[in-house]
Amino acid sequence: MSVLVWIEQTEGGAVPSCWELAGKGRELADALGTSLDAVVMGAETAQTAAAAQSYGFDKVYAIADPVLADYRLTAYAAGLNKAVEASGASVVLASATVDGREATAYVACELDAGLAPDAVDLRIEGGKLVATRSVYSNNILTDVIFNSDIQVASARPRSFPVPEPGAAGGEIIALDLGLGEDAIPEKVIDVKVSDSGEVSLTDASIIVSGGRGVAADPAKGFELVAALADVLGAAVGASRAAVDADYIPYKHQVGQTGKTVKPDLYIAAGISGAIQHLAGMGGSKIIVAINKDPDAPIFERANYGIVGDLFEVLPALTDAFKERIG
Amino acid sequence: MKIVVLIKQTPDTAELPNISAEEAQSGDIRATMVINPWDEYAAEEAIDLCDRFDGDAIAITMGTPDSTDALKHALAMGVGDAMLVDSSALGEMDLSVAAEALAAAIKEEGDADLVLTGKQSVDGNSSALFAGIACKLGYPLLSNVSKVVDIADGVITVERIVDGGQETVTAPLPAVVSVGKEINDPRYPSFMGIRKANRKKIPTVSVADLGVSASPKVQWTNIRKPETRKTEVVIIEGETVQEKAAKLADALLAEKVI
Repeated sequence: MSVLVWIEQTEGGAVPSCWELAGKGRELADALGTSLDAVVMGAETAQTAAAAQSYGFDKVYAIADPVLADYRLTAYAAGLNKAVEASGASVVLASATVDGREATAYVACELDAGLAPDAVDLRIEGGKLVATRSVYSNNILTDVIFNSDIQVASARPRSFPVPEPGAAGGEIIALDLGLGEDAIPEKVIDVKVSDSGEVSLTDASIIVSGGRGVAADPAKGFELVAALADVLGAAVGASRAAVDADYIPYKHQVGQTGKTVKPDLYIAAGISGAIQHLAGMGGSKIIVAINKDPDAPIFERANYGIVGDLFEVLPALTDAFKERIG
Repeated sequence: MKIVVLIKQTPDTAELPNISAEEAQSGDIRATMVINPWDEYAAEEAIDLCDRFDGDAIAITMGTPDSTDALKHALAMGVGDAMLVDSSALGEMDLSVAAEALAAAIKEEGDADLVLTGKQSVDGNSSALFAGIACKLGYPLLSNVSKVVDIADGVITVERIVDGGQETVTAPLPAVVSVGKEINDPRYPSFMGIRKANRKKIPTVSVADLGVSASPKVQWTNIRKPETRKTEVVIIEGETVQEKAAKLADALLAEKVI
């Protein structure tokens, strides 16, 4: 028996939110009295497998195969299945990235196991996993209990603290994927990396977002948003209104039909605060609203507010932070 | 080419905050029910692909016998046919049951070349059904698709959005494709379309007819409203914008969130 965590890899190594599950996974494994194992998949696995050792996993299953160079569901689901079998996992966890959510859903179906997608909390009760999920676009919370022997969950990034890595322990066990290229129907024929160096919204500890308030000069407005984000090491977000008006691409959208985010600091510039937007960022620790309209609903959710024109406030704020932390 | 587009009927997003724990528990939601916003993109793509590659599309919804509004919306947009899978006999529903029932309905409909879905529903928020359907049908899955580049010789070529960029992928048909918001701009139903959709009879098939008997692997319990955030906003005052900005920066540094 074990708790098994998929440590997903990206360009530069492990996806950072996966390490949250080293800490939470240990808690669950201790409560179950089982070991905590990891699986690392990719064309190369050595570096991330070694990192997993330092995060305290008892066993690290490494599946290195050229067919795992790009994420493809068929190949990664096969690898995950191999690791579940080798580890004898009763709890299978991944970070709720796009690929993490998809692969866990597929593998849960193959294993006839229950699934809790995008969980915001995990615990053990009566020897079984209980996952808390935020549903109805963050308007309802529910606990998910399992009727299956194997319990699968993906965890929303930034739900748990990342533990400090320590001395390397645990063993690395190489597994064969046992799947040739001809058994994989999906063929990746081109990859374009477009956001290298950008901070991802779901991983960000600070987000600066722009909304309809940039309308007077959208390009300039988002330039000012980006300049403040840059000085704070923040990700750039946007309201649906700004995305629908083509001021900024959809991948930046925060809210009900965009991304759900949970940063320490969320700065909303020129965003009125429609409930669909609030549903996506209401979990932020500190919310700052910058808006010309003192009656904008965003001020009801904000901790700090400046009533003013974002075209004046954002550059002043950028300068103020440059003086203090730049 | 035959396209199945899966449509879910979900609460109007403006009314989601009003949904009570009791409604979520019983599944008897009083909000206005509409086509899941993400599924409009799948319906639009189905119509577009029928034009581009000479196909026929059918929209399928699973739900109670009266959950036909979303299907009518899809028909009014221009999807050719619709079918309702009556799941009232199933009781509790989870991903495994939903995937099995819809996979059975798709098989019942005949050989689909393409199964289209939206990327997520605004009520369940699972973003998992398309993977379950692909698993049950044994079809390859291409998710988060932002463009269907081509369908030729039994192979579909798509662009998909991935973390950090974009990739071009191919897969043999039949396949499951989930689409993102980048893929198109869903049309509004025309007046004529709405009239036609209202006259159209929507056939219903029950899960019993489909021989589905799966039991859920998970259950929801302790359903509750999240605690509402109670904050008293501090409006930063100052003579000049520079003074306000300086005060805000100091306050945020003191909060230790930077």
